[in-house]
Amino acid sequence: MSIRSTLLSTISAGVLSVASSAALAECAAPIKVGVLHSLSGSMAISETTLKDAMLMLIEQQNTKGGLLGCELEAVVVDPASDWPLFAEKARELLTVNQVDVIFGNWTSVSRKSVLPVIEELNGLLFYPVQYEGEESSKNVFYTGAAPNQQAIPATDYFLEELGVEKFALLGTDYVYPRTTNNILESYLKDKGIAADDIFVNYTPFGQSDWATIVADVVSLGEDGKQVGVISTINGDANIGFYKELAAAGISADDIPVVAFSVGEEELSGLDTSSLVGHLAAWNYFQSAESEANTDFIAAWKAFAGEERVTNDPMEAHFIGFNMWVNAATEAGTTDVDAVRSAMYGQVYPNLTGGTAVMLPNHHLAKPVLIGEIQADGQFDIISQTTEVPGDAWTDFLPASAVLKSDWKDLGCGMYNVETETCVQLTSNY
Amino acid sequence: MRSALFALILMVCGVPAVKAETLQPILQTYATEIAKPSRKTVGETIDTIAASGLPQVTAFLEQWSEKNIWQRTDGTFFVATAAGDSLSLTDMDTQIKTTAPKSDFKQLKPNGGVRRLIATALVQFQLLDPDLTRRKTAVASIARRPEAAQLIPLMASIDGEVDVVLKARKIQLANFLSARFATETQDRIAAINSLSADTSVEARAVLNQILTTTTGVAGTAPQGNIAAILDPMVAPDSSYGALVESKLAPPKQTVSDIKKVLEANIIEGRIAGFPLAQMDDPLMREAAYSALAAQDSVPTLITKELRDAALFSHVFYEIYAEPNAQITAAAEVARKSADNHVTTAQFADLTLDALSLASIFFLAAIGLAITFGVMGVINMAHGEFIMMGAYTGYVVQLFIPNYTVSIFVALPLAFAVTFLAGVVMERLVIRRLYHRPLETLLATFGVSIALQQLAKNVFGTQARPLTSPDWLAGAWIINDVIQISFIRIAIFILALLFLCLIIYILKKTRLGLEVRAVTQNPGMASSMGINPDRINMMTFGLGSGIAGIAGVAIGLYAKVTSEMGSDYIVQSFMTVVVGGVGNVWGTLAGAAMIGFGQKGIEWLNPSNTLAAQTYMILFVILFIQFRPKGIVALKGRAAGD
Amino acid sequence: MERTFIAKNPSILWFLLGLSVFTVLVTIFSEAAGSSVVSTSFLKILGKTLCLCLVAIAMDVVWGYCGILSLGHFAFFGIGGYAIGMWLMYDRTKDIVVGSLENNILPPTPDEITIAIGTQIFGVVGSSEFPLIWAFSHSLPLQLLAVVLVPGALALVFGWLAFRSRVTGVYLSILTQAMTLALSLYLFQNDTGLRGNNGLSGLQNIPGLEAVSQATLSLWFFWASAFALGAGYVFFAWMLAGKFGSVIRAIRDNETRVRFLGYHVETYKLFIFTTTAMIASIAGALYYPQAGIINPAEIAPIASIYLAVWVAIGGRGRLYGAVIGAVFVSLMSSWFTGGSAPDINLGFYLVKWTDWWLILLGLTFVGVTLFFPKGIGGLFDLISNYREKQQ
Repeated sequence: MSIRSTLLSTISAGVLSVASSAALAECAAPIKVGVLHSLSGSMAISETTLKDAMLMLIEQQNTKGGLLGCELEAVVVDPASDWPLFAEKARELLTVNQVDVIFGNWTSVSRKSVLPVIEELNGLLFYPVQYEGEESSKNVFYTGAAPNQQAIPATDYFLEELGVEKFALLGTDYVYPRTTNNILESYLKDKGIAADDIFVNYTPFGQSDWATIVADVVSLGEDGKQVGVISTINGDANIGFYKELAAAGISADDIPVVAFSVGEEELSGLDTSSLVGHLAAWNYFQSAESEANTDFIAAWKAFAGEERVTNDPMEAHFIGFNMWVNAATEAGTTDVDAVRSAMYGQVYPNLTGGTAVMLPNHHLAKPVLIGEIQADGQFDIISQTTEVPGDAWTDFLPASAVLKSDWKDLGCGMYNVETETCVQLTSNY
Repeated sequence: MRSALFALILMVCGVPAVKAETLQPILQTYATEIAKPSRKTVGETIDTIAASGLPQVTAFLEQWSEKNIWQRTDGTFFVATAAGDSLSLTDMDTQIKTTAPKSDFKQLKPNGGVRRLIATALVQFQLLDPDLTRRKTAVASIARRPEAAQLIPLMASIDGEVDVVLKARKIQLANFLSARFATETQDRIAAINSLSADTSVEARAVLNQILTTTTGVAGTAPQGNIAAILDPMVAPDSSYGALVESKLAPPKQTVSDIKKVLEANIIEGRIAGFPLAQMDDPLMREAAYSALAAQDSVPTLITKELRDAALFSHVFYEIYAEPNAQITAAAEVARKSADNHVTTAQFADLTLDALSLASIFFLAAIGLAITFGVMGVINMAHGEFIMMGAYTGYVVQLFIPNYTVSIFVALPLAFAVTFLAGVVMERLVIRRLYHRPLETLLATFGVSIALQQLAKNVFGTQARPLTSPDWLAGAWIINDVIQISFIRIAIFILALLFLCLIIYILKKTRLGLEVRAVTQNPGMASSMGINPDRINMMTFGLGSGIAGIAGVAIGLYAKVTSEMGSDYIVQSFMTVVVGGVGNVWGTLAGAAMIGFGQKGIEWLNPSNTLAAQTYMILFVILFIQFRPKGIVALKGRAAGD
Repeated sequence: MERTFIAKNPSILWFLLGLSVFTVLVTIFSEAAGSSVVSTSFLKILGKTLCLCLVAIAMDVVWGYCGILSLGHFAFFGIGGYAIGMWLMYDRTKDIVVGSLENNILPPTPDEITIAIGTQIFGVVGSSEFPLIWAFSHSLPLQLLAVVLVPGALALVFGWLAFRSRVTGVYLSILTQAMTLALSLYLFQNDTGLRGNNGLSGLQNIPGLEAVSQATLSLWFFWASAFALGAGYVFFAWMLAGKFGSVIRAIRDNETRVRFLGYHVETYKLFIFTTTAMIASIAGALYYPQAGIINPAEIAPIASIYLAVWVAIGGRGRLYGAVIGAVFVSLMSSWFTGGSAPDINLGFYLVKWTDWWLILLGLTFVGVTLFFPKGIGGLFDLISNYREKQQ
């Protein structure tokens, strides 16, 4: 800790002790909530929606009377889909704007960029997107799905329900598909699938030439086994992939495809009539039937516009924000350490039914949904599990099977169960 | 609640399933399983329902599979279609139609695996159905899940089949089935032999299924249809693992096993006499472990020698699941021959893919071949012209919902839009910079960023749909290995057309003559009465317009985004440069080289497409260094210097 | 010699003076000095901007002075970042790993240490083995050497091949752009061993200096960047001042004529190309520890083109022009995209600068190329011409 921040904290501690008695009566300054989502660049399309969702949640909270008697104020910055800029903006939010919590980021690399800053300055980040796991930071709450909350149940569905015996793991060449496919490979081998029956392929971002890869997948069927595709293909590349799939006349009955990065938004870029029956796995679909979801969609459309759709990361922010509000109310302060201790065990109703629980490993317990693509570009939910607790370190890779994250009792995100020691306190970025 | 109901029905009906004439009671018996079916357990239920022999069964199974069965809160099942908040219901037994609010009902959504089982159960009803589509469904279902029991009904249905195509398909399937399931060995061998030239995935699947093997290990080779005796030394560690798994050898200690044992045996800072501090050396660790083993406190360390001795004293083998050696021998021969055919076919398919990729590169670059290749103007906004063309296609589809009409409107419109954009850019920017090529590069790059961002502001960053008409949607399928989508064929034809068109314009028309004159010697050309400004403007417009058409084609096969242009720009320039500037044939050669080269590298390393792109670029860079004028180099005065 | 060189180039003194005053002012108002005027995050931006100025100068020398429009200098900048980043990651992780392995009952074997470090670094891309490319990452001196030698060697080989084959003008630009694209695609692959799309992160934590706060570290890096910029400026000014500089400028203006005069043009060009590549790499090695993360997106071809944009807007063929361009455009860019620029309401349409800034930049750039080829630096000419007329 630098001289200045030491000084600062001594002063602010003094101020706090004076202020806390008066805080209940009236509020000196609004509580600041940082929103760190790209508003320009390649990620803007996904992240702008989340920024709007945060603004809506904050507005709703303020009409309910704010937090701790104070008004909430959103501080929105634009990291412009530029990874180093995420670190710069996070530092700015924490030191210059003095926010109490940050909701933001999308993609692992942006999170890894922010991690050292958040940990150095003891900030609090809510990360709302599915990710590859293998990380646990004291300062981050992961409200999106860990691999065991999306990839593993989807694979189980393939194995159990569709009887798939041969797997094609297709992914865009970056960390999330790499790690997820590693975990899945190891998981499938545990389930008795031979190494020869797992085909892995990586393509660059925005890949458009899919003919050869689709042909390779088709020819996997040559030993008479049921073939299934697990797709971690990202963004635009999906369009070419599904178009080629449709052109080759591959129906979901022949070779089913389950995708982890394809939602309502990606499907709007193509004609889905030839893709009916292919699958996606998420923790939330807009088509989920529940009262909470109907209300949420109505509020969202009223706030942002009739044509807007809801998606999985929005639900993650919805749960994360409400849990933070409740935790801060319980703790009686927005101080990071106090809020963090109050977060453990927080429950909040999911939009899809059931309740989400915040676990000591900073992940949520959430249900896993599998949806079939319909001709209108929405998903038909055909399978919904009970709540699955998120797992920071996967059980299916030998190196991480021995690791455990428990910030509540063990106070460690990387605890080796075998040696019973804490490997390290900072996260690995 | 439901189980109580279930019990009640049981009590009232006694043994309902067999004698009932209505379907509902049978369904109620299995209500839970039908409402939430799972592939692994639902089979029996479906079989029982099918076995009831009721006429309603077919309809029920079909509707169930189509997700048209709804369950009322009291458990009763209905065929229903939703309309707003209400459902129009049909009673399955009485066919009486009613309507009811949706909230009292729950839709049944059987998953894909269950639907496949339902389809299999439906085969017996559909195979002889007068409706052709139903018969087709049945045949397709057999193809997906071939079962021994289907052989006889399928054979029986062949003679009565009136549809020629379906009949051929039935014969083919019957052949596949008899190769696997026929009772007589001779029949099977005959069927197997007929598969030796078949490259279809299904035929190979049949052969591979017959040739399924399992590996095993034993003291001596067992009786049975042995496929091969394996050499354990190819992968000694995994072979030893197989030994351990069959409980024929003690497990080999891993590094962490040794570590755990050592940690458990520390006595006063020493392990079997070795000081703890020495344990940072793996050899010392093994020595300490061996010392412990010598004291009989831990199992003996499996050294390499021990492992090899164990491997040599056992036989590792592969055994066929099929007991009849005649059949496996015939299948091996057939598979080998089929594999040869497949290899040839794969090569042909790869060539087709490469050809297609080359035509896409060519189409993307052909506009540049004119503006850069012939005029020498470097236009970094070329990619954005491609994008403009694609967005034009998207906008046209917004207004004209008929895909066929919209494509034929979009193509000329895209040409017009980008032609105009090209002319405007030529007049405003490029004309002022004809003698400063590097600055043209920079200025057009400025235009490129502005256009890209403008597209983002107008259309958003999200990909937009550009859908091809139905007649372009499928693929040309020669066999299961060689196939190519129609849209790629269309791109290929389009590329050829443009090649001819441009060659024609440049070589046979007045405009072409003037273009060549202006590019070779503008001063001389203008003294011959040619207006170089007008010619340059027209040529640039032409090149840009073609980029627009290419954009529509590329958008049809891939995606329409604001960044699609930048995906093609570097590749396109390289295509032109590597082929040889100033010559359309050169661009063709360049596109062919890059297309085939990329597919070739992909074939060498199929799991990594990115590597193929990287190495292709490196190859092109090196190629240009050694042949700076490209593949088709101009000679003499036309070469410029 | 020294005196005449300075006397010939009074702008150097002015530049150094300005840079020193700026450095001192920033230091006084930095958080490390107890003030809060310049926050640490802003200090990092300033430090990074100085590094960008340095690479812009290098770009100016190779393009503005020698006439080679290289669209690959940001690739060299990135290589520098990667080279230093590998050591930073390795050493930081090693400290953590060795610390945690000390808890083990048995002292760890060298293998165990390597695997543990590998798992930490490459676990994120699903591997634990050290690729060959990391062979020297344990040693700071070797990686520092790599900062200079790797881009130097790459530029030397590439330049030698290209210049030997007389690839010039736009062809060379396209080739350098292809080289950048190939490099960024290469780094994007996970198989390369540099963590693919994730790149190297946490670079702001300097191993061995954990006790020093980021406020102080940022100041140190700011000083280092300022020193590097000053030194680079003087070095290039000195290099271009004498006869050597005249030959370089002559190559820009008419390469063929210089060749006929008996100069070995290729050698001159190769020297300039390689030297500037090395300087660009040094700038990168200073930049990325301040940014905290480097990944292949940084090296995408567009980055190198922006570099050319800075130099063009600032004014090429003069070193201070490059500095002005880099500062002006990068600060403008962060002002417009940072959301602090006020939206303009046209009545029928609301111009949001986050959306419209790139269009403005693109069109400005077209305008500058068309009408002000000398860029902002050209304004200084106007002033000095005016003064001369007055005298």
